[in-house]
Amino acid sequence: MKKLAHAPHTIALRLNGVERSGECEPRTLLSDFLRYRLGATGVHVGCEHGVCGACTVTIDGAAQRSCLTLAVAAEGRDVTTAEGLAPVGEQLSVLQAAFRRHHALQCGYCTPGILMSCTDFLKREANPSESQVREMLSGHLCRCTGYTNIVNAILEAAATINAATAGKDPAGPEVDSQRSDAGSDV
Amino acid sequence: MPGSTGPDCVIKTVMCADYNNLAAGTPRQIEPCRIYRCWLTSTQPIGRQCDNSDYTPGKSNEYRNTSYRALAARQRAQACPTDDVVVNDLRTSVKPDAWVGQPLERREDAALLTGNGRYADDLGTRPGTLYAAFVRSPHAHARIKSIDMTRALAMAGVRTVLVGSDVRDWSRPFVVGVKQPMEHWCLAVDKVRYVGEPVALVVAQDRYIAEDALDLIEVEYDQITATVDVEAAIGESAPLLHEAVGSNVVSDRQFAYGKPDAGFASAAHRVSLKVLYPRNSCTPIETYVAVAEFGSDGDYDVLSNFMGPFSLHAVMSLALKVPASGLRLRMPRDGGGSFGVKQGVFPYIVALCLASRKAGAPVKWVEDRLEHLLAATSSTGRVSDIEAAVDDDGRIVALSYDQLDDCGAYLRAPEPATFYRMHGCLTGAYRIPNLKVRNRVVLTNKTPAGLVRGFGGPQVYFALERLMQRIAVELNLDPLDVYRRNFINSSDFPYQAAAGALIDSGDYHAALDLAAKQGNLEQLLRRRDAARADGRLYGIGFAAIVEPSISNMGYITTVMTREARAKAGPKNGAITSATVSIDLLGAVTVNVASVPHGQGHITALSQVVADVFGLRPNDITVDVELDTRKDAWSVAEGNYSSRFAGAVAGTAHLAACKLRDKLAVIAAAQLECDAKDVVFSNGNVFLGQAPEQGLKFTRLASGPHWAPAVLPEGMSPGLRETAIWTPPQLEAPDEDDRINTSAAYGFAFDICGLEIDKDTGQVRIDRYVTAHDAGTLLNPALADGQIRGGFAQGVGAALMEEFAYRPDGSFASGTFADYLVPTAVEIPEPIIAHLETPSPFTPLGAKGIGEGNNMSTPVCIANAIADALGPDVDPEKIVLPMTPTRMIELIAPAETPPADFKPTMAGDGERFSTSGSIDIAAPLEAVNRVLHDARALARVIPGCRQLEALGDDRYVGDVSLSVGLVKISFHVEMSIVDEEPMQRIRLSGKGVGTLGTAEGDGRVLLSRTDTGTRLEYTYAFTLTGKIVAVGARMIESATGIVLQQLFQRLGRVASGRAPAAGLWRWLTRLFGRKT
Ligand code: FES
Ligand code: FES
Repeated sequence: MKKLAHAPHTIALRLNGVERSGECEPRTLLSDFLRYRLGATGVHVGCEHGVCGACTVTIDGAAQRSCLTLAVAAEGRDVTTAEGLAPVGEQLSVLQAAFRRHHALQCGYCTPGILMSCTDFLKREANPSESQVREMLSGHLCRCTGYTNIVNAILEAAATINAATAGKDPAGPEVDSQRSDAGSDV
Repeated sequence: MPGSTGPDCVIKTVMCADYNNLAAGTPRQIEPCRIYRCWLTSTQPIGRQCDNSDYTPGKSNEYRNTSYRALAARQRAQACPTDDVVVNDLRTSVKPDAWVGQPLERREDAALLTGNGRYADDLGTRPGTLYAAFVRSPHAHARIKSIDMTRALAMAGVRTVLVGSDVRDWSRPFVVGVKQPMEHWCLAVDKVRYVGEPVALVVAQDRYIAEDALDLIEVEYDQITATVDVEAAIGESAPLLHEAVGSNVVSDRQFAYGKPDAGFASAAHRVSLKVLYPRNSCTPIETYVAVAEFGSDGDYDVLSNFMGPFSLHAVMSLALKVPASGLRLRMPRDGGGSFGVKQGVFPYIVALCLASRKAGAPVKWVEDRLEHLLAATSSTGRVSDIEAAVDDDGRIVALSYDQLDDCGAYLRAPEPATFYRMHGCLTGAYRIPNLKVRNRVVLTNKTPAGLVRGFGGPQVYFALERLMQRIAVELNLDPLDVYRRNFINSSDFPYQAAAGALIDSGDYHAALDLAAKQGNLEQLLRRRDAARADGRLYGIGFAAIVEPSISNMGYITTVMTREARAKAGPKNGAITSATVSIDLLGAVTVNVASVPHGQGHITALSQVVADVFGLRPNDITVDVELDTRKDAWSVAEGNYSSRFAGAVAGTAHLAACKLRDKLAVIAAAQLECDAKDVVFSNGNVFLGQAPEQGLKFTRLASGPHWAPAVLPEGMSPGLRETAIWTPPQLEAPDEDDRINTSAAYGFAFDICGLEIDKDTGQVRIDRYVTAHDAGTLLNPALADGQIRGGFAQGVGAALMEEFAYRPDGSFASGTFADYLVPTAVEIPEPIIAHLETPSPFTPLGAKGIGEGNNMSTPVCIANAIADALGPDVDPEKIVLPMTPTRMIELIAPAETPPADFKPTMAGDGERFSTSGSIDIAAPLEAVNRVLHDARALARVIPGCRQLEALGDDRYVGDVSLSVGLVKISFHVEMSIVDEEPMQRIRLSGKGVGTLGTAEGDGRVLLSRTDTGTRLEYTYAFTLTGKIVAVGARMIESATGIVLQQLFQRLGRVASGRAPAAGLWRWLTRLFGRKT
C-alpha cells in the first residue's frame, strides 16, 4: 500500500498551451509539480494551506489553488500560469500592462496568483464594480501594496477590455503609448 | 568602429556644473531647508513607461505633463500652507527635467508579471542537492533528555540528521549585543526555550521524504514551567530561561538627558500612561529560503533571500568559525517581500552550512508558512510606562519612559536594537529638553524578536503619541494646539534632540497644515459632531512621527555603559558602497549592495544614474544581485533602516559622478575644451549648446576600453568607479550617552477619522490622511507605494495582527487563518500628501519613507478609537490589535460571563470539548466488547498504528492524525474504565507527540435502542505545544469529525463489518498535505 503510494506516475497535461508531461508521486502537490518538474516558477508558494492565493493557476479556465491540488488531479487538464498570460513576443497582456502602469506590484510574489484569479474573474464579470473587485481580491494576500493600486489596475483593465470588445477605441488618447502592450484579451 | 576617437570637430564644451559640488562626496553645507515643494497624491497618478522613444530632452512633452510635477503644479496653490513657500528645489543637483522625481513605471515589472521573477527558490541548484526539514520543539521550555534518530536514519532517502552535538563541534554560539553568560546556537543543544525552536535537522533526497522522516525522530524532553508574560518574567520567582544569567532581565540601562527630575518636580501637570505593543510581523508572502554548500577549502557558499544588515554576516562567520571571506553569501535579484523579516534567516543559514558539511552535499531548505509564523521572527513586544511633565499650555517640559522589551527566548542580533534604533529621537517631533529613560531587555519563552518594518518606531510612537492624545484630553486642549506648541520649529533644523539625534530638516507645522487641509479636517470634525449627535461612535485621531533612516552602526553600543564602550572601541557610521562601470560597447551598469525586496531599486537607480550621464533610465543596467565575494559591500549594507533612497541611491549617484567626471576629462581632450564645460545630455556629450557637434555617449564611453593609449596623460585606464560613503554626522555615542541614531529623519503627520459599530465592534476607517516629508523623492510613485504598503500593515497591526501565546507558551497563530492579515476589503485608500525638505546630509537630499506608516498608523487609529470611545473608557484598555471582540468589551462589557467549560485536566494548554451521540446498528454487548479489546480498538481509532493492552484497563499505542497541514503522531497511553459495566465507560489518556501533548478525558454512555445501541459521548481535552498553532478552529472542527468517525467505525467493527475509510479519507483530503 505504502509502496504504491510512492510509486511515480507520469502526468501529462497542457501547460500554457503546450503539451507537457513529467513524473511525480501521487502525493505531489500541483504547485510543486509545476515549479520543480515543469519549470513554471511563476507559480509561487506562500502558505501551502489555501489562504494566500499566491499559487493560484487556472485549470480548464477556472482559478484554483495549486497548493491544494494534487498533480495527479491535473492529468489531461489545461493549466495556465502567469507565464502563459502574455500574447506572443515580448508584450504584456492588457491586464499585465495595467498592473505595471498602476504600480500594482512591489515584490511581485503575490502577483502571478492575483493575475490568474483576475483572468478567471474578468471572464465571468466583464464589468465589475470596485467592491466586486475587492471581494475577489480578498482571496489573495499581498503584504506590499495595500491593494489600492491592484484594484485600480483591474478596473482599468476591465474597462479597456470592454471597450475593445464593444469595438471602440480601447485606450483613448491618454494611454496611447500603452497600445503596444494591449495584445491579448486579458 | 568601436574605439575610434570621434569626429574631429572642434567644439567648446561645458560640464554640467550641477554635480560639481557633490562629486567629491562631501555633504552639502548644513543650512535650514525651508524651501520645499508640496503636493497631494490622493488620486492614482498614471505613470508612464520610461522607454518612450519620443522623449525630447529639456522639453515638456506629454510624458512630463502627466508626471507628479504637473500634478503638483496644479495643486500647489491650494496645497502650500504658507505664503513664504517657494515652489522650487533647493538642490541644484537635480535639474528640472531630470529623471529623478518622475513617477516612472517600474523596470522590474515586466519580468515579475510574466512569471519570470528570479526569487531564491527559482534558481537552479547543483545536481545532488539535498533537502532539509527541521525537527522543532513542541514545548516552550524543556530540557532535552535524548534524541533518537535511528528510525529516521533507516528510512530510504534520508542522508543524515544534524543535532546539537554536531553544532557544538563545528560552530560557536552567536555573538550577542550584551555581555551575559547565555548561549544561542543554531540548533538547541541542551534546552529548548520556545515552541518551534529547531532541535534537529533532517537531510534527505527530497523535501517530502525529509518531512516524513521528522516523525521518526524521537526527542525526549523534561518540561519546565514557561515564562510567557514579560512583566511576570522580571519577577523574582519567574522560571529562568538562561540560568547562568540569574535573571530574565539581560540588560537594564538608565539614561538622563537635561534635568528631567527637576522638570517633573516643577511641572504644572503630569500625564502618564501605560501601554503595550504586541508581537506581530509583516509576514512576507515569500518565506525563508537558503541553499548552503560546504567547500573543500573549509568555506561555505550560500544562496539565500537574506536581506542584511550585513553586520550579521560577521555574526554568521564567527559562528561558523571562518573569516568573512569563508562565508560567501549570494542574494538573488528578486525578493518576495522582506520588511525586515528576512534578517531572521541567518541562524538557519548557519544550520544549513553545518548540515551540508555533515551530508557532504549542498543542502536546500524552503521554510513553510507554519514554521514562518511559529518561529521565524517577531516584532519586539513592549510594555511602556510613559509620563510627561506638562505646563498649562500643553508644552512638554520633561518626558520619561520606563520600557520592557520582550525579546523572546534569545537575544538574537541585532537585538536589543529595537530599543536603541529610536534612542536618539525618543522625544519624537517635539522640543523636549529633559528626558529620562529606563530600558530593560527581557527574555521570555517565545520566538526571538528581530527586525520588523518600523523596528522600534511602532513601539515608541504607540506610547508617545497615545500620550499626546492624553495630554490634550487631560488638559482639555485642542490636540492640534498641543502638537503645534511642541513641534520643533522649522528654523531650528538641524536640531539636536535631547538624546542626541541630529534631526536634519523638516517643517512639521507645514506638514500638519498640509494634512489638515488636504484631508479636509474641518469636514471630518463636522462629521464627528453629526455622528455623535446621532449616538454613533465616531472619533478622530492624530499622530506625528519622526521617521529615522540610515541607521548608525554605533547606536547599538548605547546599550553598553560608557566604560564598556571605551573598552570595546568605537562603532559608528553607515558605510554604503556602489559601483558604476561602463562596458566595452559604452553601456552603463550600476551595482549596489542593497538586496531589494520589492522597493523598485532597479527603477530608482536607473533614474539616478541616467541623470548623471544624460542617458535614459532604460539605458542603464542595474545589478541588484549581491555576491559577497565579488561585489563591494560593508558592514552597514542591506535592505533595512529605510536606507535605500538616502544612502544607496545617493552613493550610486556619487559613483556615477566619479565616472562621469573621468569621462568628461577624456571628452575634453577630444573636444579640445575644459572638462568643466562638457555637457552630458540625451545620449550625447558636447560643449555648451551644441549637441549636434558632440560625441555619441556610447562612442566616447567605449573608447577607453579599445584604446587606452589615447587616454589623457596620467589617467589610469578602466571605467569602473566604486563610491563608498558614510555620513560624517553618524558618530559613536558620546560620554553622556547621546547618540545620533540615524543620518536622516523624515516626518509624517497622520489624521484618521473612523467609526466603531456599536453592535459588532467593527472599526470602519472613514478617512485616513498621511502627509510625508521624505526629502527629495526619487520616484514619487515608488514612494507612494511604500506609504500604501506601510499603511496597510499599520492597519493590520492596529486591528488584526498578533502572535498569540497561551499561558503555557503554546503558540496559537500558526496559519493565515489564525494570524489574520488585512485583505483588499479591509484596506481603504489613504489620502497621501507630500512635502519635500531635502536632507542636507544625504547626497540627493532624500530620506527614507518606507517605515513611516508602520510607525504612525497603528497609534493614529488607536487615538481615533480613544476619541470615539470617549473619556469614560480607560485609556490603558486600548490595546493592539483592536479586534471587534476587544472593542465590544469596551463598548458594552458582558454583564454575566458565559459559564465556561471546565475540563478536569490541569495545565495551561488550549482546551476543547465536544459531545454528541450516534446510533450503532449492533447489539450493546458487541459495542462494549470492542471498547475493551485492544485489537478491535486499534481498528477503530483513526490513524492508530498499533495498540497494546497492558492490563488493568490500560493501553499503549501509536496514533497519527493529519490535522490541517500537520501530521501529528502521538504515543498514546490510555485507560478504559467501566464506571458502570455496559453502561458508563470512562476513557482517559495522554498522547505525547512530535508536535505537542494531548490530554483527554471522556465518558461514553451506552443504551439499547430498537436498532441496536445508542452511544453518547462527552469529551474534553487539552492540547499543548506546537499543535495548538495550526489553528484552534480547525482542530475543533476536525476533532468533532474524528470522534464522530471513531464511533461510526466502532459501530462497523461491532457489527462485524470492516471500517470504511470514506470519511477519514475525505478529512485528510480536506486538510491534509500528505496522507
Ligand atoms: S500557497 Fe496556495 S494558497 Fe497560499
Ligand atoms: S507585491 Fe509583494 S506581496 Fe504583493
